[in-house]
Amino acid sequence: MTKTKINADLIKERSKCTFNITELTNLIDGGAHLTEERKKREEKVLKEGIHIDQVPSEYLSHKEKYELAIKKASLMFKLLRKWQEEENTGMENYRAVLGGALGSAILEDGSPLTLHYVMFIPTLMGQGTVEQQAYWIGRAFNVDIIGTYAQTELGHGTFVRGLETTATYDPKTKEFVLHSPSLTAYKWWPGGLAHTANYCIVMAQLYTAGKCHGIHAFIVQLRDEETHMPLPGIKVGEIGAKLGMNGTNNGFLGLEHVRIPREHMLMKNAKVLEDGTYVNSPSSKLTYGTMMFVRVVLVNDMCNYMAKAVTTATRYSAVRHQSQPKPDEPEPQILDYVTQQHKLFVGIASVHAFKLSANWLWNMYNNVTAELESGDMERLPELHALSCCLKAVSTADAAQCVERCRLACGGHGYMLSSNLPTSYGLVTAACTYEGENTVLLLQTARYLVKAWQQAAGASQLTPTVAYIRRVTSGRRAPPFDSSLTGLIDAFHTVAAGKIGLCVANIEKRQKEGLSYEDAWNMTSVQLTQASEAHCRAILLLTYHEQTEMQCKNASPELREVLSQLVDLYVVYWTLQCVGDLLRFTSISERDIERLQRWYEDLLSKLRPNAVGLVDAFDIRDEILHSALGAYDGRVYERLMEEALKSPLNAEPVNRSFHQYLKPLMQGKL
Amino acid sequence: MNVNKDLQNERNKCSFNVRELTEFIDGGKNRTLERKHIEKLILAQKDELFGGTPEDYLSHKEKYERAIQTNVIILKIVQDFMRDANGGDLTNYRDVLTTLLNFVVSREGTPFALHFMMFLPVFLSQADEEQQMEWLPRAWNCNIIGSYAQTELGHGTFIRGLETTATYDAATKEFVLHSPTVTSYKWWPGALGHTANYCVVVAQLHTKGQCHGIHSFIVQVRDEETHMPLAGIRVGEIGAKMGLNMINNGFIGFNHVRIPRRHLLMKHAQVLEDGTYVKSRNSKLNYGAMVFVRVVIVFDSVNYLSKAVTIATRFAAVRRQSQLKANEPECQIIDFLTQQHKLFIGIATCHALKMTATKLWDTFNEVQQQLRGGNLERLPELHALACCLKAVSTADTAALAEGGRRACGGHGYMRSSGLPQTCAVLDAACTFEGDNTVLLLQTARFLVKVWRGLDTLKLTPTVAYLRTTLTEGFNDKWENTVEGIIKGFQTVSMRKISECVSCMAKRIMSGMSQEEAWNMTSVQLVAAAESHCRVIIISYFHEEFVKVSSSFSPALRRVMKLLVELYTLYWALDKLQDLLKYTSISKTNTEQLQERYEDTLNALRPDAVGLVDAFDIMDEILQSTLGAYDGRVYERLMEEALKSPLNAEPVNRSFHQYLKPLMQGKL
Repeated sequence: MTKTKINADLIKERSKCTFNITELTNLIDGGAHLTEERKKREEKVLKEGIHIDQVPSEYLSHKEKYELAIKKASLMFKLLRKWQEEENTGMENYRAVLGGALGSAILEDGSPLTLHYVMFIPTLMGQGTVEQQAYWIGRAFNVDIIGTYAQTELGHGTFVRGLETTATYDPKTKEFVLHSPSLTAYKWWPGGLAHTANYCIVMAQLYTAGKCHGIHAFIVQLRDEETHMPLPGIKVGEIGAKLGMNGTNNGFLGLEHVRIPREHMLMKNAKVLEDGTYVNSPSSKLTYGTMMFVRVVLVNDMCNYMAKAVTTATRYSAVRHQSQPKPDEPEPQILDYVTQQHKLFVGIASVHAFKLSANWLWNMYNNVTAELESGDMERLPELHALSCCLKAVSTADAAQCVERCRLACGGHGYMLSSNLPTSYGLVTAACTYEGENTVLLLQTARYLVKAWQQAAGASQLTPTVAYIRRVTSGRRAPPFDSSLTGLIDAFHTVAAGKIGLCVANIEKRQKEGLSYEDAWNMTSVQLTQASEAHCRAILLLTYHEQTEMQCKNASPELREVLSQLVDLYVVYWTLQCVGDLLRFTSISERDIERLQRWYEDLLSKLRPNAVGLVDAFDIRDEILHSALGAYDGRVYERLMEEALKSPLNAEPVNRSFHQYLKPLMQGKL
Repeated sequence: MNVNKDLQNERNKCSFNVRELTEFIDGGKNRTLERKHIEKLILAQKDELFGGTPEDYLSHKEKYERAIQTNVIILKIVQDFMRDANGGDLTNYRDVLTTLLNFVVSREGTPFALHFMMFLPVFLSQADEEQQMEWLPRAWNCNIIGSYAQTELGHGTFIRGLETTATYDAATKEFVLHSPTVTSYKWWPGALGHTANYCVVVAQLHTKGQCHGIHSFIVQVRDEETHMPLAGIRVGEIGAKMGLNMINNGFIGFNHVRIPRRHLLMKHAQVLEDGTYVKSRNSKLNYGAMVFVRVVIVFDSVNYLSKAVTIATRFAAVRRQSQLKANEPECQIIDFLTQQHKLFIGIATCHALKMTATKLWDTFNEVQQQLRGGNLERLPELHALACCLKAVSTADTAALAEGGRRACGGHGYMRSSGLPQTCAVLDAACTFEGDNTVLLLQTARFLVKVWRGLDTLKLTPTVAYLRTTLTEGFNDKWENTVEGIIKGFQTVSMRKISECVSCMAKRIMSGMSQEEAWNMTSVQLVAAAESHCRVIIISYFHEEFVKVSSSFSPALRRVMKLLVELYTLYWALDKLQDLLKYTSISKTNTEQLQERYEDTLNALRPDAVGLVDAFDIMDEILQSTLGAYDGRVYERLMEEALKSPLNAEPVNRSFHQYLKPLMQGKL
């Protein structure tokens, strides 16, 4: 790389950083060797230059964007395949290039092949029999075929049981007949489905011997392997332009009595025999695994986008100067404004908090499933409840964080060349896909209400809800403890208090004559809030504990700054939720004022390390892809360079002047 | 028209006369008729305006060309109508402007917005009479198209920091405009890219070796015949944005560009032929234009929010999902309380903000009268009010529209829903025309000043409550009524301001400078300004409702009263932490508030569709597959999808170029 001139303010920021940035980078990556591996991989992919666009894709038409996405995705997979042949590094390369930050450098607005790897292949592995896997997985891995996964329908999302697509077994021909009985039954949304995939896993209601057995997975060929033309009975196309993710080629699919062989039903868990006999699945809980995996990946993904956004906004805030609080002094860096620090620093902490929590959940899940062999499934519902609220809270927080970073960059954050809007488009999508957030919070709430009832009885509580009994059986309102652990305890008190209040409200509404379902619905706004409170308590505790563990061998300088971040995160949320604390704990007005001072003090302490903290995320410029956030801080030059790439700027006068503007101005229109 | 059964059912059970509410929103029966007349004119040119490939599929450049094509048509319609209606009278300029803005049919804005929103108003407020005579008719007739350039690449909020210079050359009686650095390039002005041929440029005025600060100059940017940029002018567009890609934001740099002396707008300050600078009579007079623009932004934000809630509410009535009870059919999602919680506050907010902005506007006009009599007493107050109102209403409308978008699940992510574009417009308003945080701090500065002079100052009406809250017993007894909650909010605001002041005093005592203490307290200052604004909005909404409700039919009065209550309860619960901290509200009170909020949602549920129908946004303006009047949601989603050029061919060429070689190992 050629040496570039670095903005003087950024140099100054970096020179006053108190800790070793590489040490933190290694800690985030999970070890120095992993950092090195990541860097090598990044270098290897980016030196190919696939990510470089002549005209930035935001200036292209919708159709051209797709064509560019296919070109890049194909070249990328060719590279992956070659690479795999050379050194066979397992799934790591795939994961990095697909889900991770590196993939987003090449296909910044989503890839049409993502679902092939994230859903098609995993579903084959999770739900296919050994024979089915042998037949399909090799071809899929080699990209001899491209697949996708179709569940959601035009009229049906969250409520999977409501899906309309049918798969009816015909024992005469030993085939399933797949059919979309109405417009609302059309599959709608699957990535890659529109013009890319030639195979698809379709979720449909299974009918055999005149009986419906609910939702099952079927492999359907969509397009001819040679001509790519849709097969007879298959109506396929794209669903149109979206807020973001316009590279993913989301599609619709209608099936008109399409026949597929019996062996195309994925039969690891349930089977249809040749004569049409349905053989039940041994356990439906086994599918928790994929869901848990997808959600943990999703939370990590959110961390990547938050890290990009805070990196961009923090560096920009160090470069940007504005206003003159003191006369006759130069305009200060906007990073010096406490209101700006308030918007950014909690974002830095959030990246760490969610990353550590997702790892913690994943490890716990793996420990628990190790016990599954012995039939111990007690903790699965608990972990499922946890993954629901963690997905909801992390995606909502990430969307807010990215949006806040964007707003913190003022107007320039509105430019696509800042990359903040594109990140926002990707993050906000996650609030509604893979389980809509409100629905997920209500699922967690259902578990919490049950736990509350168990706490009142004698049965044992699972670990992450054990606090309910501790709180309810404790003394009334002990004196408020405003230490870090005291605050975390207070969040548990709040969560328990909210759950208890919900239970009481449901009962009250029932006494007034409502059915349980109606009473539940009338309390549902509060129930989502109780779920969120539960999640916040777990997040704070986990972030605190995991940081302590992570820092055991860290240098004192690094330990200090990481514990400041934990403090900041806990105090920030305490102040955010202070109304809850006032309701459910003995916190006083004086305590709140002290917390406010503590918070402002923490912002000041973190201020000198802000740029170092985001540098430690170690996001290469090609991946960050931002005029405002590049490492060298050449903000204004880059904004102008990017603007000049607009095809509109290639001509001094646009043709619409002669067609419309001039006639308008001369009164001849 | 074949209307979706569920929607029809909703309309049948609406308890009030929708038309009555529509006329109230429009500001009278005549206004409604007027609007419908313009709508008819627009529909007459439906094919030109709405035909062809939907704008979402176009390239950036094609979008611009489409924007010029359609907006020229709209402009002609509105202009002709205005000319016929009032002979081009500009006295009620806000009406002209809001009418124009209401009929923007391109979903990413219009390149003519700034011409009407800034270029013309700046002339009205800063040009002297002779200059107005010279420029206004041409501008009003669109013989010239203007933009307004203030913000620079490196400078936004802090206008004293602008770098562009205008140096007077007494020898030629010209100003020389110059951009000394890349950061001094003007950056952002709408229409500046390729549309405007004139521009008001804000620059540092230098004459006789002295700088006199920021002044406005009119600069010709492009040749009127050829549209080519004039010599010394470097102009272009700033590139693709999150939204508003049709307003043609531009940059401009000057290389010693000469303009005549009379191109300085001279109502307030002048440079004489010999270069003598004659000072402005009163710098506060410039507040006028700012208050005007901010009020217009509030109205416009309400416009967009009413689109978003119309779409989300109708969709929620059509969409069915999950079973509330086993063995029952899937229910309309509008029956879920969580959904009502996301949507109904949006409906109430449209009314609350519109009434508040109207009142601010009326007050402003009164004050303008006083101004002519030399009474400037209320200007700082109104300026402070406009600042926080702009900040709070753009932030609220953006958040609520985004909430409405997410409440439509995945379908709200489709551009054919119209929601992403609507949200993007509202998002932009949070940072343009004064960044929200900066504006709230301006309001805070005013409040701190008032608080410090509480014992001696004569308090202007919008801050008079600060003294009232101090009367004994004001805060003793909590009441769970709208009036009680308003009193609670007044106490909160007062206490927050007072805390900020004492906090700063403490910090100064401990050795900090005034400015550092201000900065350290700024997070709290922002919160205090917001609290003040909440007091104003809630109490104006309540007062105005009481004032106008006597003219409502009982049915309309009932439902509007519910909206006022809903709005008040929503914010009381949202700001519970403040009420708990600063007022005598008890835990039981809070639980009762929550229950009343839930019951109010339920009470509004049957009228929800009627309430959004009353915004009366015609389908061609709403432009949403999810929100159209007939509720044919799924059919429209499919119809719009089929308009994608990608769907015109079953196999895209990239298959042959890349995918097939990839799959066959030949790439």
